[in-house]
Amino acid sequence: MIPIALDACIEGIGLLGPGFSSWPHARPILEGKQPYQPQPTVLPTPALLPAAERRRSGAIVRLTLATGLEAVTAAGLDAATLPTVFASSGGDGETCHAICEMLASSDRRISPTRFHNSVHNAAAGYWSIATGAMAASSALSAHDASFGAGLLEAVIQAAVDGTRTLLLACDTRYPQPLHGARPMLDAFGIALVLAPQAGVRSLARISVALSAAGADTLDDPALERLRLGVPAARGLPLLRALSLSQDGPVVLDYLDDTRLAVTVAAC
Amino acid sequence: MTPLLLSHFTATSCLGRGLDPILRALRERRGGLAACTFDTVDVATCVGEVAGVDAVRLPQALAPFDCRNNRLALLGLEQDGFANAVRAAIAQYGAQRVAVILGTSTSGILQTELAYRRRDPASGALPPDYNYHTTHNTHSLAAFTRRYFGLRGPAATISSACSSSARVFGSARRMIAAGVIDAALVGGVDSLCLTTLYGFNSLELVSDEACRPFDSQRNGISIGEAAAFALLERAPPRPAPDAVLLLGTGESSDAYHMSSPHPDGLGARMAMQDALRMAGLQPADIGYINLHGTATPTNDAAEGKAVNAVFGRHTPCSSTKGATGHTLGAAGGLEAVICALALRHQFLPAGINTRELDPALHVDYLLEHCEQPLARAISNSFGFGGTNCSLIFGRAEPA
Repeated sequence: MIPIALDACIEGIGLLGPGFSSWPHARPILEGKQPYQPQPTVLPTPALLPAAERRRSGAIVRLTLATGLEAVTAAGLDAATLPTVFASSGGDGETCHAICEMLASSDRRISPTRFHNSVHNAAAGYWSIATGAMAASSALSAHDASFGAGLLEAVIQAAVDGTRTLLLACDTRYPQPLHGARPMLDAFGIALVLAPQAGVRSLARISVALSAAGADTLDDPALERLRLGVPAARGLPLLRALSLSQDGPVVLDYLDDTRLAVTVAAC
Repeated sequence: MTPLLLSHFTATSCLGRGLDPILRALRERRGGLAACTFDTVDVATCVGEVAGVDAVRLPQALAPFDCRNNRLALLGLEQDGFANAVRAAIAQYGAQRVAVILGTSTSGILQTELAYRRRDPASGALPPDYNYHTTHNTHSLAAFTRRYFGLRGPAATISSACSSSARVFGSARRMIAAGVIDAALVGGVDSLCLTTLYGFNSLELVSDEACRPFDSQRNGISIGEAAAFALLERAPPRPAPDAVLLLGTGESSDAYHMSSPHPDGLGARMAMQDALRMAGLQPADIGYINLHGTATPTNDAAEGKAVNAVFGRHTPCSSTKGATGHTLGAAGGLEAVICALALRHQFLPAGINTRELDPALHVDYLLEHCEQPLARAISNSFGFGGTNCSLIFGRAEPA
């Protein structure tokens, strides 16, 4: 058989993290034209959700909705039409902590809302409720390799099924004591709209392959700390290449013995 | 899609270890649910607990992965010669050409629940022997399995609640079609924990008796645990007549509510129709539907409407959760294996525990076991967040 080329065109980017309020804001920083000044991530209230759901939405939901909407809006698409790949190391950490704390107490009557928010795919569920998207939604984890696993899944979906796909790679912190066992710098999310064919909105074409090469690092020590400090931020070298409109290979962290070589080219 | 071969498959549940006890229990219409005595749980319910999980020992080198979920995974991998089949696939294709794509909803969260009981009274810290990365993290399951076989290909753990281990088939299908891999170890493992027992109880979705899918008096789920695996490869030009093939996958989202299905089963209907379209089949080509059939009033009502809308009322169907319990993130994998057994051995499994069929659900729900030819089956898996997945399996040649 002839392998299918694992490539897709990026049509929209969403970004939120410490010191990054959007992709347009982050772009000059990643280009090196402005200094990176880390500030705690600010998560907007998701206006798109009905009032009841909005109240219940935790950090991971707010992060997912904000980055996803930025990417879809930039691509000029209707979110309702897009299948999604949600990649996260561990889902909603605050909810997980609250449940474990109650289960260790004398009163184990956990709240029903907390329970349904505890599933790994909760943010993907809220995304589909908020946008009315009824297409397929995959939710996956690969611990620190979650961005790479999500990118691979999303590019393959776009290439094999010939469909636009929205990658939502988002991670938020656990509160203590879990934070001590799984430290995470801050909330960080990248959303990418990937299309099988080039179009008027295409920003760049990426092609993906497994690689044994070492992952690219970032020169700025604070940015490098961010890259290593949140699984979703392992995608930053790709965003830097996109910010520079720089053709060529980028190597992203993936599994402990395997990296993703991503070739960026103009569309 | 190009059909893919399930070259090997196995499952371990409360019905027993490996395929033989499942096959016997299904044919004899026996279940494995019993009153819950798990840990310190004080919920009045039945569970499908796998016997002997605590006695499983992980290899020394993989000791950090030790938790109930990975013990159950190992127990399951070692049944029916499955682990050897994986090693043979690695020998044939190479360690980089075999992916591990497994589903779970709660992974090793039990380890964290237990650690929270042992927090340092002064600092609140978790005990030093607690390892989040290798036990609780969602990816612990696929990471353990990948390490166990020394695999070096792509890996991910799909976690979309109760559709998790059905969706892995879709992910593997795409990866094989893309030529990234030659084979995929797919399936799922979920194990008993307090989060799901108390969580479903808080939603008033847990039955106080062995669950009764599609019964007019159904009153909730019975939680089970299971490890189910399949090895997916490209089908040879002439597969054995009784070989089981993956023919289609269908995925959709309800976009309706986090824990309640769309009342008309709209998302479920889309998933079944998508799977049929991908397989190039008509509803009449399907001989058996393994329902999601959790036995909650709303889930079964929505699925009944969806099945009726796609298939009418004459396609035989049943939920096997009366026998196995709802194994949550492992359910899709377990029920894929049950469909594969039904195709290989030519029978339609009856649902058990159901006394009086709900007259409002217009489907052909099987209460009696049928030994009869079966060419194609569809399996439904739906979950929180409105996630839906339907899989179609077929026999290489009709019996």
